[in-house]
Amino acid sequence: MAEAAAHDHHDHRPHGWVRWVYSTNHKDIGTLYLIFAIIAGVIGGALSVAIRMELQEPGIQIFSGLAQMVYGMQGDAAIDGGKSMYNAFGAAHGLIMIFFMVMPALIGGFANWMVPIMIGAPDMAFPRMNNISFWLLPPAFILLLSSMFVPSAPGAFGVGGGWTIYPPLSTSGQPGPAMDLAILSIHIAGASSILGAINFITTIFNMRAPGMTMHKMPLFAWAVLITAFLLLLSLPVLAGAITMLLTDRNFGTSFFVPDNGGDPLLFQHLFWFFGHPEVYILILPGFGIVSHIVSTFSKKPVFGYLGMAYAMVAIGAVGFIVWAHHMYTTGLSLDTQRYFVFATMVIAVPTGVKIFSWIATMWGGSISFKPPMLWALGFIFLFTIGGVTGVQLANAGLDRSLHDTYFVIAHFHYVLSLGAVFAIFAGWYYWFPKMTGYMYSPVIANTHFWVTFVGVNLIFFPQHFLGLAGMPRRTVDYPDAFAGWNMVSSYGSYIAAVGVAIFLYGVFEAFQKKRVAGANPWGEGATTLEWQLPSPPPFHQWEQLPKIK
Amino acid sequence: MRKFLASAKFLAGAAGAGALLSSASAYADQPRDWETSFQAPATEMMRQIEWFGNYTMWFIVPITVLVLALLALCILKFRASVNPVPSRTSHNTLIEVFWTVGPVIVLLLIAIPSFQLLTAQYTPPEEAKLTVKATGNQWNWDYEYQIDKSFSFNSAILQDADRAKAGKEDRNLYPRLLAVDNELVVPVNTMTRVLITATDVIHSFAVPSFGIKMDAVPGRTNESWFKAEKEGLYYGQCSQLCGKDHAFMPIAVRVVSDAQFKTWLETAKTDVPAANKALMAEIDGTNKVAAAGN
Repeated sequence: MAEAAAHDHHDHRPHGWVRWVYSTNHKDIGTLYLIFAIIAGVIGGALSVAIRMELQEPGIQIFSGLAQMVYGMQGDAAIDGGKSMYNAFGAAHGLIMIFFMVMPALIGGFANWMVPIMIGAPDMAFPRMNNISFWLLPPAFILLLSSMFVPSAPGAFGVGGGWTIYPPLSTSGQPGPAMDLAILSIHIAGASSILGAINFITTIFNMRAPGMTMHKMPLFAWAVLITAFLLLLSLPVLAGAITMLLTDRNFGTSFFVPDNGGDPLLFQHLFWFFGHPEVYILILPGFGIVSHIVSTFSKKPVFGYLGMAYAMVAIGAVGFIVWAHHMYTTGLSLDTQRYFVFATMVIAVPTGVKIFSWIATMWGGSISFKPPMLWALGFIFLFTIGGVTGVQLANAGLDRSLHDTYFVIAHFHYVLSLGAVFAIFAGWYYWFPKMTGYMYSPVIANTHFWVTFVGVNLIFFPQHFLGLAGMPRRTVDYPDAFAGWNMVSSYGSYIAAVGVAIFLYGVFEAFQKKRVAGANPWGEGATTLEWQLPSPPPFHQWEQLPKIK
Repeated sequence: MRKFLASAKFLAGAAGAGALLSSASAYADQPRDWETSFQAPATEMMRQIEWFGNYTMWFIVPITVLVLALLALCILKFRASVNPVPSRTSHNTLIEVFWTVGPVIVLLLIAIPSFQLLTAQYTPPEEAKLTVKATGNQWNWDYEYQIDKSFSFNSAILQDADRAKAGKEDRNLYPRLLAVDNELVVPVNTMTRVLITATDVIHSFAVPSFGIKMDAVPGRTNESWFKAEKEGLYYGQCSQLCGKDHAFMPIAVRVVSDAQFKTWLETAKTDVPAANKALMAEIDGTNKVAAAGN
């Protein structure tokens, strides 16, 4: 698409590398974010496949060899280095998928691209800040990746404390520079997200086209607005927590050191005060995307629009007061646990409203099962499974047995890997023709869906069983009795990896075949403003503001 | 509250009965191949947790099936080829109230026994008769018996090379990654309090069949309790990422008769390995007698 409009001099469009590096255009920046997310997703996915390869059979098979290859360790040192490397892969997989794949794809990518268009704005409120939001991410990603190649503990490389980096394992437990690099990486990625959040809030509040009141605004814009507030309020708390971690590590403070009056649990409270809103940050934009897709392909307006919007507001608000349900086994008092059980269960109500409203949107519709709709349907069902296991985990009494087992892994991958990621692919197949002007092959897109659907369910459904049977998470090896379901889970991950390859081929194929998509390939059901523009949209859209009746 | 749980336990029906049957077999206190549910409970508390887990299934499975059925219905009835003209309905206050209030009621039905279970976990029914302090280290546990003259010993994963010497060559009874050199020995049917802390990083003391899991946090002492109902060997694993050998710091609890415990304790105060040897010989002997008696 770069060359398609290259001679359009009226646009004052920069060319070549300047267009991308200096870019202040929300669509170009959105494209950069999406490319970044794909690269990070492939790397993060490869890490998870390595983890599943290791867990395919009891014993340590893969990581001692990897440690030998990558770090040049020999003999027993390679086995020990391999164990640490496994932990580093787990931490990197989590951090990459959250900060460098899902968030850039949904917020930086789709929201950057579509929110200004959907609300009838020519661009984001602060285009230069938009540029720096993106360009902070590559250095942050490089810092995190390079942390995997520098020492953490003696004989170990990379951050081995999980994505939650609990002290003292992340302080006295890993004195090497790897953790410092990761902390700086999260700092920079967090700053990038805070800047992005400010940009979205300002844009959505001030740059809506005439007549587009808040209550007429598309649900995706609502979702991004709420997400931006969550980011703005939660990320500074994370930044504070990891700054304390940094000074504990390097400057002799003792915020989290019990010997000097600190408390390791303080970090967990701060971390999860960020960490719980974060999971809604990952899923809310997906809610918005799925609403549009379900409505488009059912040829019906979204059922209960206001209920849908305010359900998201409720989820975002309550999401801030449930954090300690991640800490039921840390020794919280009975009353504290009672409160967090209650508050956590409340979230199920607005989430239920959303699920049922999506179904009601389809009810009575005239549904066509194009690839985006397939992904959205998959999302609704799989997110329901992750949601109901979440209701189980909310109960502290039951969580006593399930906490820190594979049941939790299964739960949060059902809402994220099978929820957020399905929403990302739904959005990709929904907006790809709009963003590029080309239509992908529906056969490849459908194959991608079915292969991924089978793969991820094979990975994560058996993990419920492993967790019930008591298999703790984050272990490089496991008692032999867990071998059966682990093997199934690993095969699932190879199938899902094939799915990623099909996805990449589909993108390549679409650009190669150059099938022209047209302004609105989805027909009468696609009513939001982006479908009134040509595909791809002009470099600057809405030079004349659209009027919303 | 107990009465409610007891009557509801009856409702849980088949699942509970199945668990009771399987718990009658010999060493059903460790994970088994292709296991799809909890390990067999060895305490009243774990039975309550298992009951509550099954109870929640009565809600979440129908909800999931309902969502799936509605999706299937939409796919069949409202596909473009069957229903070319879409309706324009986008509001129905009654149904919106219904699907808001419905989940609230379901959550209340889950919450009532949930709060009872949680309260029960923090309300030991009787005073502890034995207090053991478990201290997590990278990557092993110290167990301190807090009796008149307290003593302690270290419990680490059993190395393959030491199996023969320790008389633990039976890999069914002493599985890889679960067996330890010195088990935590406690008497059966005795309220046991566990004080849990750590020296270096956070660990977590968990025994699935007892229904306990409590983080071992440096600088603070957490408390948990259990009352094991059946003699046998029970296994758990450290349940908080604690570094390189997180997968290799198992927890093994040997529940023995009162008499066996007293004998063990006398020797263990001065010589833990000898006490364990004698205890294992004694248990082997009684098992053989029992087998012969059959």
